[in-house]
Amino acid sequence: MKTAVIVFPGSNCDRDVAVALERSSGQAPDMLWHRETEVPRDIDLFVVPGGFAYGDYLRAGAVAAHSPVMREVKARADEGTPVLGICNGFQVLTEAGLLPGVLMPNMGLRFLCRDVYLLVESHDSLFTDRYDTDQVIRLPIAHHDGNYFVDDDTLKRLQDHEQIAFRYCDADGAVTAAANPNGSRDNIAGVFNRERRVLGLMPHPERLADPLLGGIDGKPMFDCLAEALS
Amino acid sequence: MKAKIHIMLKNGVLDPQGKAVGHALASLGFDGVNEVRQGKYIEIDLAETDRAKAGGVVDRMCKTLLANTVIENYVIEFE
Repeated sequence: MKTAVIVFPGSNCDRDVAVALERSSGQAPDMLWHRETEVPRDIDLFVVPGGFAYGDYLRAGAVAAHSPVMREVKARADEGTPVLGICNGFQVLTEAGLLPGVLMPNMGLRFLCRDVYLLVESHDSLFTDRYDTDQVIRLPIAHHDGNYFVDDDTLKRLQDHEQIAFRYCDADGAVTAAANPNGSRDNIAGVFNRERRVLGLMPHPERLADPLLGGIDGKPMFDCLAEALS
Repeated sequence: MKAKIHIMLKNGVLDPQGKAVGHALASLGFDGVNEVRQGKYIEIDLAETDRAKAGGVVDRMCKTLLANTVIENYVIEFE
């Protein structure tokens, strides 16, 4: 699997995700700077990492979504190349129109940095095939703008097409208001595009992908991508 | 020509920042504050002198970048 990690001024999880990708695929990813307009043709997966791209000026991810490299990523995504957006990367993908909805400031207006439990809503994708549907996993969040908003019609479409990937839950898998850290609609923590080849999520799988980090619940995501795309 | 753009959250979209400001005003003793909504105000100095052309360009700017129309409305004025 040949991967590319997009690097914006202000990205800060690009190296972490590069390590996780290399561990699972055996191949170091290309690191693509935001000004890049020549993107290699043989990239199997683009990853838009966490951070605060361009300082998150105007809205989280808004400026990054219109950067030169993102025009290329959008074009490839339209051709079917998978794209994974983590945290700020999720915000960039929504602003770029690759995923529905928008990430607003957390309901409590605080930056949240802690582990959360997630219910795997669907294992039926390139990204989640090594999880079980309804499995409960633990991943860290670290964000100020993770409050996922969609209007009623879009929420219904997401549900009807099973585009919801992960929802915030408690340790037993119950999706409750108390387990919702940031006010996201329907406790949504991650969504697929209609074709299930683009995934955005606020929690950080790359931060729990090695036992040394305190857990490996994020590792299956990179393992199954490596398997599917190699 | 100067464009003045007000960007506000749509009705029905919760505004935690506006709510926090409202609570702060109440705790400072300002009574009778029903609701606070917080938005953005942007000024753009344009080389264009034709009002209709400028209107079209600024509208595209808003739709493309300045506002996220999933959650925000915008109003453009010229000076």
